[in-house]
Amino acid sequence: MNAQHIGKEKLGTSMKRILQNLKGICQVTILVTTLGFGLNASAGEGGYPLDKAPDRIGQNASLQNGAKIFTANCVGCHSAASMRYNRLRDIGLTDQQIKEGYISGDAKIGDLIISALNPKDAKAAYGKAPPDMSVEARARGTDWLYTYFRTYYKDDTTPSGWNNLVYPNVAMPHVLASMQGIRVAKFENRKDLHDPEKVERVFVKFDQISPGSMTNEEFDSNMGDLVSFLSWMAEPVQLERKRLGIFVLLFLAIFTLLAWRLNKAYWKDIK
Amino acid sequence: MAFHEKQVPADASAAVKLMAWVDSRLPVTEAFKRHMSEYYAPKNLNFFYIFGALAIVVLAIQIITGIFLTMNYKPDAAKAFESVEYIMREVPFGWLIRYMHSTGASMFFVVVYLHMFRGLIYGSYRKPRELIWIFGCAIFLALMGEAFFGYLLPWGQMSYWGAQVIVNLFSAIPLIGPDLSLWLRGDYVVGDATLNRFFAFHVIAIPLVLIGLVAAHILALHEVGSNNPDGVEIKNTLDANGHPVDGIPFHPFYSVHDVMYLGGFLIIFASIVFFAPEMGGYFLEANNFIPANPFVTPTHIAPVWYFTPFYSMLRATTTNFLLPLWIFLAVILGMFALQSKDMKVKGACAVIAVVLAAGFYALDAKFWGVVIMGGSVVILFFLPWLDHSPVKSIRYRPQFHKYIYGTFIATFVVLGYLGIEPPSPLYEKISQICTIYYLGFFLAMPFWSKLGTFKPVPTRVTFKSH
Repeated sequence: MNAQHIGKEKLGTSMKRILQNLKGICQVTILVTTLGFGLNASAGEGGYPLDKAPDRIGQNASLQNGAKIFTANCVGCHSAASMRYNRLRDIGLTDQQIKEGYISGDAKIGDLIISALNPKDAKAAYGKAPPDMSVEARARGTDWLYTYFRTYYKDDTTPSGWNNLVYPNVAMPHVLASMQGIRVAKFENRKDLHDPEKVERVFVKFDQISPGSMTNEEFDSNMGDLVSFLSWMAEPVQLERKRLGIFVLLFLAIFTLLAWRLNKAYWKDIK
Repeated sequence: MAFHEKQVPADASAAVKLMAWVDSRLPVTEAFKRHMSEYYAPKNLNFFYIFGALAIVVLAIQIITGIFLTMNYKPDAAKAFESVEYIMREVPFGWLIRYMHSTGASMFFVVVYLHMFRGLIYGSYRKPRELIWIFGCAIFLALMGEAFFGYLLPWGQMSYWGAQVIVNLFSAIPLIGPDLSLWLRGDYVVGDATLNRFFAFHVIAIPLVLIGLVAAHILALHEVGSNNPDGVEIKNTLDANGHPVDGIPFHPFYSVHDVMYLGGFLIIFASIVFFAPEMGGYFLEANNFIPANPFVTPTHIAPVWYFTPFYSMLRATTTNFLLPLWIFLAVILGMFALQSKDMKVKGACAVIAVVLAAGFYALDAKFWGVVIMGGSVVILFFLPWLDHSPVKSIRYRPQFHKYIYGTFIATFVVLGYLGIEPPSPLYEKISQICTIYYLGFFLAMPFWSKLGTFKPVPTRVTFKSH
């Protein structure tokens, strides 16, 4: 009883020591991580605050809807040259469904998602080749995309006739206007608090000129699906990665536990 | 000398016979004893002594994952970016290999910085371990080169512009600078030629140097033996068999100890690889998911976190900073001149001060920024001769030394943070103060390190049984 008690106490103190040591490592990790998250809070180039995008990467229905919006509206100009159509199997679609609902033109199921629009023609038409969408969500972040898709407004001063709050003077027209309808943005001139000489043009609100096929809520939700799909497409393996990670961590935890007991057994004789 | 076949009894097992046959031709058993089972390490090594072994593990991870990445990566400006995505999506477990490699790069620096920190606080660089420290500093330099060359390979915007900025630094060198940077790039801008040569450096040239240096580092260590948190030479107290009383065989005691901590390390490593491979933009930067574009400069170019302390010192060196910097260096030189009785040393200090003044006046601040950045790494090599304290370990140093070391670490972290942030006037001032402190820590070490009341160092290590 007594010996057992002492054994337990020793176990406790050595546990404590290891925990203290691990604490050191964790602190470094946490420091690095928190520094990392500090970087995320940001505004778009236009200074417009970004809305939080919903994360529906685990929801196949949303991803399928996002894929539908993407292939129907975006692939006309944008490629996703690192992505194959048949990867959509990963979000619960069959080959038949992919062929019928997601591929336009004569692309085969195993083909990469390449836009029919020639980048050179695109550059001539828009002044800029449309970027590839494969990893755009990782470059821009989902919040940026989500806000960007929802802040288009009619602006006759730009070549395309459209403008955007997050990406001012963007070359891309509002492709999804049929869903969202047409809106204009109301701005107000405000004096800069620090410099009365300077006048700032501040966004006040959107005015809906003509309705689209969706209500605002429906449009927002569809954009949430689209952004989730883009985010999934930027790293299709991400769910699998996390699932596998749990098993790896479980294995490592058992390994470390055994190594700890082995270490203990060896070191008990060192006085 | 005649060849001597090791004799074994006729009824020995096949394994024993085989080992005898090998040992007669290559001293495998002897090497194992010398470096593992009869390498005596101090029994009081603490947590901070695991990072050497962890660094070897990370090196192995980098080499093995690197080999597999090389099988699928294309060092071609037109294909490099896509080939990385190909690895991420189409190569079976390519994503795992790639994330292990990208995480390994950052974790290598985490481990090496902690390893260097250990050496710094326990005086592991002091006599007789100067060469170990020098090899270690060379490893650190090689590692920085390896990381820099490797960072270009994904051919994203940060890869491209980071390389552009760093190679351009060489153009700040007077006379030969512009031609030198052209020669390094192999083109007028970073391009396909640059990518190919960086690939060659990354996958073969630097790794060869690195492995050679690691071998030299370990051989030198095993020649003189490990230091310990008390800074006591365990070889000064031997038992009847000639083994250090406070030493224990590395194998099995430290091999099992290191394996235990390796488990903990791998848990952290795997947590990053599987759950946060981008590490909030610190291990994989968002901008690097945009393919390299020579015509679009990103608004904010920052190196990866492990370079930022040094990058901060580069940025801190503005034209306005040269005068305070000169005054600071002149004070240090003045202290050396005052302390020395040799007229030649006094004269040399005066000459250096004058030459520096002329140089600061004549040459661009950008050039001096490069000198400061390079100097802040090179100065590490001289640490064994800068430290004049009578004791090795921080445990027996005066209290104020601990504050100096603590401030130094804080300074390094602050410099690292500022290097990530976009520049601002306030940050510039802070980074200038930190740069002076960083340099002062080393340059003034011959003076401050011998001041104060030192605690008596015991003859035996302090050790509590587990």
